[in-house]
Amino acid sequence: MTDIHKPTFDIGSSGSEYKEKYGFFDPEQYVFKAKKGLNREIVKEISWMKNEPDWMRQYRLRALETFYQKPMPQWGGNLNDIDFDDIYYFLRATDKSERSWEDVPDDIKKTFDRLGIPEAERRFLSGVGAQYESEVVYHNIKESLSKQGVIFLGMDQALAEHPDIVKKYFGTVIPSADNKFAALNSAVWSGGSFIYVPKGVHVEMPLQAYFRINAQNMGQFERTLIIADEGSYVHYVEGCTAPIYSSDSLHSAVVEIIINKGARVRYTTIQNWSSNVYNLVTKRAVAYEDATMEWVDCNLGSKLTMKYPSVYMMGKGAHGAILSVAFAGKGQHQDAGGKVVHGAPYTSSVINSKSISKDGGRTSYRGLLKVYAGAVGSKSNVRCDALLLDETSRSDTYPYIEIDENNVTIGHEASVSKIGEEQLFYLMSRGLSEAEAATMIVSGFIEPIIKELPMEFAVEMNRLIQLQMEGSVG
Amino acid sequence: MGPHLEIKNLHVQVEGKEILKGIDLTINPGEIHAIMGPNGSGKSTLANTLAGHPKYVITQGDILYKGASILEWKPDERAQKGIFLAFQYPMAIPGVTVANFLRTALNAKRRATGSNGSSKSISIPEFRKLMIKQMELLKLDPTFATRYLNDGFSGGEKKRVEILQMAVLNPELAILDETDSGLDIDALRIVSEGVNATMNPNLGILLITHYQRILNYIKPQFIHVMVSGKLAMSGGPELALQLEEKGYDWIIEAETAK
Repeated sequence: MTDIHKPTFDIGSSGSEYKEKYGFFDPEQYVFKAKKGLNREIVKEISWMKNEPDWMRQYRLRALETFYQKPMPQWGGNLNDIDFDDIYYFLRATDKSERSWEDVPDDIKKTFDRLGIPEAERRFLSGVGAQYESEVVYHNIKESLSKQGVIFLGMDQALAEHPDIVKKYFGTVIPSADNKFAALNSAVWSGGSFIYVPKGVHVEMPLQAYFRINAQNMGQFERTLIIADEGSYVHYVEGCTAPIYSSDSLHSAVVEIIINKGARVRYTTIQNWSSNVYNLVTKRAVAYEDATMEWVDCNLGSKLTMKYPSVYMMGKGAHGAILSVAFAGKGQHQDAGGKVVHGAPYTSSVINSKSISKDGGRTSYRGLLKVYAGAVGSKSNVRCDALLLDETSRSDTYPYIEIDENNVTIGHEASVSKIGEEQLFYLMSRGLSEAEAATMIVSGFIEPIIKELPMEFAVEMNRLIQLQMEGSVG
Repeated sequence: MGPHLEIKNLHVQVEGKEILKGIDLTINPGEIHAIMGPNGSGKSTLANTLAGHPKYVITQGDILYKGASILEWKPDERAQKGIFLAFQYPMAIPGVTVANFLRTALNAKRRATGSNGSSKSISIPEFRKLMIKQMELLKLDPTFATRYLNDGFSGGEKKRVEILQMAVLNPELAILDETDSGLDIDALRIVSEGVNATMNPNLGILLITHYQRILNYIKPQFIHVMVSGKLAMSGGPELALQLEEKGYDWIIEAETAK
């Protein structure tokens, strides 16, 4: 297992115990210096350290070439300040020095207090100390899942244990040439989740990223692949409301989801990045006949987030939903939205995007609604609402609508508002302070999305919004 | 106990125009005062000024609540101290349930009035009991608790929810701004019964209305008629019947003649 997220997790011992636990070579036996920057050598070494099959090594190298060839996108946010040579793309676990609790910034610690994060989790989330003790929980869950035939592993492990399935689907939804950052991820990916759900199996409990071996969850270049076989159901939850304090400034993940006939997948993300992070994600699902994909995406923080979860409806009767909340505070830019592509008849989609800008933060809705000729009887409703909390904040909407079929029903609504004076007065006349009233109005604004989250996340999200409104940032 | 409300020579401007031109009024605990008058006379201006709406500027005079001037108090402070305004047009707050909103408001008040600045929030079961009891009295279906505040409510439902809030928050001075407008006979009766149920020796009520009808249910001891920003006439309950017969014209003429 490798983790290229700094700061580190000390996996402890070396030698045979290491190999036994993770199935990889003991890195101690090999002389390898961690170095910054990106080149063919580093990519080869990543693959070699993971003991990957040759096809994956070649895949990575080809993707690297693609990455070099593609120009930097000039739309969305400002990416021109990223220094690709100043990043560690690969670090052995043992290279990393353990960070001490003292080094964790005070406001992060305070946020943990306010959010009621248990002690054990705090250390994990700050990259301090040993692995989070979810191993036992994970183990029990693995047992019940494997009885159903469900595979839920880290991506590295999945490649090692189920190379055929991985090879069949990897890169089929998001080819490395899709965009520059998909190419980057394809070259240097590490960590992420792999889920396979067999025909007809309903996984009742949401699968959460932190059930797995933890270090990978926070990886810079996670690669996630979810395959739902016919008639199955799974809900995957990623992220957490606690601030992800990362000295890594670039996070570029790729998530591919394949949903076969009659199956349903819900993918929930809650992320609260520290404000030095570029969070650039490519997430896409392909839904076949009568399949359903639901993205529930909550993004706070980061210096710049560019994220457009997509659903390609390629089978008759498929359905896609993208529900998102974006909150941009001071110095933050959230460029988010979604893409729905109707490639088959009688497909339906819903996009509901809520964004909030405060203290000069900037949110942009960027979405694509595309209906191909022949996608008769398709329906789509897009709704994007922006809330500006003060004069300096900014919100933009960039909807792209391409309809090549007449026999469809399309709706698009957009609104921009600020907190109404009369609403504020009404709430204050019941004893709420102005700040409490504003927070209540903001919570109400995002409620239609928040109520889709699992309960404990909904509670945490509301608390997090409260903190954001008070101005204390984690 | 001294008066709950004393309004002294109150002059109020809205967007540079003077609407209230010297109002004097005293309300003692346990009293119900009704203010009637033609449209545009300034009744709602008075209600909103008492609640502290920032748009209403006091250019002269004073408002005393339990002996203290409230001119510097913000709306939330006034509410916490026991002043309640039932709005003529209650605002919708999408995404916020009636239950959530009410409990937050009640806790805000408890926090403010607690000794040494600390006061326990009401427990959820205790609150639920209180809310359900009051909802039953106002014939509000229990599902209202989880509906978003005033969002998609009919006029009658909004007014009943205003009185629900009054019942839960238990104020000492309640201003009801045209609570009867838009209500059918049944709703009017239910709302009135709700108001009467909250009546207690410690509560003073200022009932603002355009029509005499509600006064059949909520019986004031004092009636005042507002014309062009002044209280042109005051009297007892019999004044309402006179207005019913003769309308406002005779008072308006008398006022203009002055």
